[in-house]
Amino acid sequence: MKKKDFPIFQNNKDLVYLDSAATSQKPQVVLDAMMDYYKNYNANVRRGLYPIAEKATAKVEEARDKVSEFINAEDPSEIIFVRNATEAINIVVESYTYPSIKEGEEIATTIMEHHSNFVPWQQLAIKKFLKFGYLDFDHNGNLFFVDELIKKAKSLAITHASNVLGTINPIKEIIRNARKINKDIVILVDGAQSVPHMKVDVQDLDCDFFVFSGHKMMASTGIGVLYGKKKLLSRMEPFLYGGQMIQEVAIDRSTFADIPYRFEAGTLDIAGIISLGVAVDYLEKLGMEAIRNHEKKLTRYCLDQMEKIEGITLYGPKNAEEKGGIIAFNIERIHPHDIAQVLGDRNICIRAGHHCAMPLHTRLGVSATCRVSFGIYNETEDVDILVKGIQKVKKIFKA
Amino acid sequence: MRNYIRCAMKRTMNSAYRDEILEHYREPLNYGKLLSCTVSSKQTNPFCGDEIEIYVKFDKNSLGVLANPPPRWTWAIQEIAFTGKGCAISIAGASMLTEYAKGKTKKELTKFSQEDMLRLLGIEVSETRKKCALLGWSILQDCLSNN
Repeated sequence: MKKKDFPIFQNNKDLVYLDSAATSQKPQVVLDAMMDYYKNYNANVRRGLYPIAEKATAKVEEARDKVSEFINAEDPSEIIFVRNATEAINIVVESYTYPSIKEGEEIATTIMEHHSNFVPWQQLAIKKFLKFGYLDFDHNGNLFFVDELIKKAKSLAITHASNVLGTINPIKEIIRNARKINKDIVILVDGAQSVPHMKVDVQDLDCDFFVFSGHKMMASTGIGVLYGKKKLLSRMEPFLYGGQMIQEVAIDRSTFADIPYRFEAGTLDIAGIISLGVAVDYLEKLGMEAIRNHEKKLTRYCLDQMEKIEGITLYGPKNAEEKGGIIAFNIERIHPHDIAQVLGDRNICIRAGHHCAMPLHTRLGVSATCRVSFGIYNETEDVDILVKGIQKVKKIFKA
Repeated sequence: MRNYIRCAMKRTMNSAYRDEILEHYREPLNYGKLLSCTVSSKQTNPFCGDEIEIYVKFDKNSLGVLANPPPRWTWAIQEIAFTGKGCAISIAGASMLTEYAKGKTKKELTKFSQEDMLRLLGIEVSETRKKCALLGWSILQDCLSNN
């Protein structure tokens, strides 16, 4: 769709990049914006009273506004800049759930989570002696909604789109049903695999927290977003203490800044925030609808081609309408790492392993899978090269 | 270490999937359980989900020394076998290593370094695949130090 916007493809002519679920490539405009900051107005934000500092501060707040509009938050103060989705989840666990939950109470997640939305909750449950429940999925990779679990749970941590199966969970419906039977449940949605690929409206979803990473959506590594409803964020204690998150500091006590600054201690990844703002512009210019359609087309084509390969097992929904641009597979008698390595030697970049989702793989009954994932820069010819590559792997391994 | 890998790559000029590796993967040598083993050890490689167990039976007086009991460094591997599942690199590695280790003394094998193991494999091993290449080696070292 837009391969020419991404310099990596000019610098690596035969690169077939099929690992956008791990991290996306970066368009020239994003790289330019970061360089522009470092070259022309590098200064710390919310401190200096000179023009370049004012400009840097304005750019950071501009990015906050853009992100806020992009996911339709009610107010830009609900957008907190963090390192990545992982950090955002840890902030919620430590600063919201930990202080408010009591021994013996229950928290819920799903078995299709990335470790980042599983381990923090699991560890919380261990530390605070909580019951730890999870929603399971069927053979097509669709979640079962379990009333008894949701009714008792104080919180639900759930992914918008699975980073292995590709399943797009019907989050809006799940949240509506959950609130119907449990009006106090606090719901965190992991949007790392959805925000870069489809239109997200946090008010429409009615989630309490929503987290995502910049580097999967064309921005640089090291920047992510924690969205939270204002009334919840305002109630939360700081996660990190330090510079810029305070109101006033006396020798024996401190008062803290309002949201969002209360959660932004220390100098932020300013270039990263600026890159995120530009990435949002870039995505919006292409149109989230157009991006989703392009990736749906690629997914459909890839599923069709792969189903023809003998000895292949595909995981997750087989219908491109129900899934993001992620396809996990295995080939009989060949270890995923051997597949990925042989493909990698031909510059075809896929991922192999457990993709930071070991409980999901245990559930599938395999130790590892191969994963192909798309970005807007992929075309159907990438799929053709991949399929040819897989045939070559099969030949080498005589499988 | 890194330098060594680079040298190894230059010397062998072989890709990770040269025929010998694939043959060892398809039909690994010394595959199976050793019921009468002196020691066994199992390790997993979480990166790949590989899991290998090595079984060793020592000949406790291989050099015919007169000391009673003979010092442990003189113990030699009388029988060795392995079981498990994994990628081509880890299975071929375990197959080649167990073959190499037969008849060797504890002293000889303790000196057998990571570099020696990579040389035995004779293939390019990237940083990320090093754990696969060294899985069998690490288990054997465990067998040696635990007995």
